[in-house]
Amino acid sequence: MSTLAEILLSHFQQHPEQIAIHLQNAGRDDIPISYGDLIERAGAYADLYASRGLHPGDVIVLILEHGEPLIYSFYGAILHGAIPSIMPFLTEKLSPERYREDLASLISVTQPAAVLTYPEFEGEIRSAIGMNGSVREILLTSEAGEPTRINFDDLPGMTSSSESITLLQHSSGTTGLQKGVALSHTAVLNQLNAYRNAIQLTFDDVVVSWLPLYHDMGLIAGFIMPILEGIPLVLMSPFDWVRAPQRLLQAVSKYKGTLSWLPNFAYNFCAQKIRDRHLEGVDLSSWRAIINCSEPVRYESHVQFHEKFRGYGLKFDALQTSYAMAENVFGVTQSDLQKGPSVDEIDREGFLHEHVARHATNDKPSMRMMSSGSAISNTKIRVMDEQGREVPERKIGEIALLSNSMLTEYHHRPDATSKAFRDGWYLTGDYGYIANGELYVTGRKKDMIIIGGKNVYPQDIESLVGQVADVHAGRVVAFGIFDEAAGTEEVVVVAETDAQDPDEIKRISDTVRIHVTKNSAVALRWVHLVGPKWLLKTSSGKIARSANKEKYLKQTGRQLS
Amino acid sequence: MNNEMTSQLSSYITREILKDPSRSIAPNEPLLSSGLVDSFSLVDVALFVEDTFGVRIEDTELNVSTFDTLEQLAAIILSRM
Repeated sequence: MSTLAEILLSHFQQHPEQIAIHLQNAGRDDIPISYGDLIERAGAYADLYASRGLHPGDVIVLILEHGEPLIYSFYGAILHGAIPSIMPFLTEKLSPERYREDLASLISVTQPAAVLTYPEFEGEIRSAIGMNGSVREILLTSEAGEPTRINFDDLPGMTSSSESITLLQHSSGTTGLQKGVALSHTAVLNQLNAYRNAIQLTFDDVVVSWLPLYHDMGLIAGFIMPILEGIPLVLMSPFDWVRAPQRLLQAVSKYKGTLSWLPNFAYNFCAQKIRDRHLEGVDLSSWRAIINCSEPVRYESHVQFHEKFRGYGLKFDALQTSYAMAENVFGVTQSDLQKGPSVDEIDREGFLHEHVARHATNDKPSMRMMSSGSAISNTKIRVMDEQGREVPERKIGEIALLSNSMLTEYHHRPDATSKAFRDGWYLTGDYGYIANGELYVTGRKKDMIIIGGKNVYPQDIESLVGQVADVHAGRVVAFGIFDEAAGTEEVVVVAETDAQDPDEIKRISDTVRIHVTKNSAVALRWVHLVGPKWLLKTSSGKIARSANKEKYLKQTGRQLS
Repeated sequence: MNNEMTSQLSSYITREILKDPSRSIAPNEPLLSSGLVDSFSLVDVALFVEDTFGVRIEDTELNVSTFDTLEQLAAIILSRM
């Protein structure tokens, strides 16, 4: 079987009654969805796409929340041979104007043939995109018919070539420059093959996930892999999880879950927010791997999580790590599930000033690194210097990779595609080192900030802050600082203003917070307003982020991390 | 009672969530829809209410339609005490 549609067909033929997904929604009963239901209902969407003149190879953008329509419409596109692409839904804190702008910009890059959404949201979508671009059809979930007997012979997806694009994932980028990562059937299946072996997947496994499906970790590990591999998936909404993180543990206990993927902050979040009274009768002994992925991995977060839940049967051995990215479909590395990720105590000075990860000695300050494991079987990794030469073990450089699950291209972005590769190796933009065959990720090339697994670009925040009256546009800096307690980064903004009155400064700082949140969905923890000429500039007149970060940390007495 | 409650809630939020204890929040000031309190902090507010007032706020209630202001939140708490 060389395409996703062929695999769906085989599940449909072999075990239509088997439950593919237990769909959870807070306050409602779980919905069991069998392979039969899943594929017949997906077939109704495939029919809708066909009846509206959409062709195999057309991109269909799905603007839907967690729920049945998102699941069926996604696989319906696969059955039709069209290319589904999931876009985040409007949240209550993001302003509709900003959402419309983001949507319009995404549409102009992705050039979809159709957009699918809810009837209630149709007006919003129409006003955002107009009808003179690539979008030929706006489809509504209410237009999908009732499922009927599905005739696989008539489904265009059954004759897709294995090299054709099967889906688009949105990789992050600064506003207006988002990239659609185009992945072929072959790339997805090669990834699943290698990653399945790395985690020793068996039919006894049960995946439990709350991750959003517009992100690679949620889409691949928490959606496509279990469904294509025939492993039950318990799927809950990220909105429900963030309001009651205990739901994850309750679901693991209820369905004897074995596998979950989490960004680092979620370990701290669960450990800090869940109370014992939420866990009556919860048994976590079935949980064999909880894989930390998508932001820097911290040993301290694993310890905190284990301390909190060990009394409920959680095994320390279950705490694992992976390094993953949409451009490789998902996994690049995986820790060895038998022994867990290695922890490396390195010399702090060498790390900061010589870009080398030497073993710590007793008399000098050290820092603790946790590995992300070794490359999975289809992927080679290499650490390179600025000239593209491979560096020796323990030397820090840029991580590059070569695999048979790489993206085909950034959709309609030949410029970005060619920049991403060097001699056939994909340049990740992340820094790291290799020791004993395991990869340690240490930082990143760009000034990107990762908050709870979400990538945030400081230049986007800075331009928003510059729009606020009484702040000097262009005299703003944004950067991330690591928050030990939260296990993730938080955003600091330092901006210059002429205002001197403390009440006035408070008012401006509130305006800054609100403006940034409404226009980026990023909550600013720290807004630091300063007088004119506070910010340091480089010789070329640009605001220097790292120098200003150091100045801020020194002035406020906060720890550098 | 209501005033005392909103000021307790206000000081908790400014201290623990906004990290700016010198600030205060008006009872009718929007918190969620304005982005002042983000979704990661909602569970903290619910736990604070539970620990302080002995009143349970269900996670399905943690949204703009149930409470966007301290006034609204205080009304829910009072109705359950």
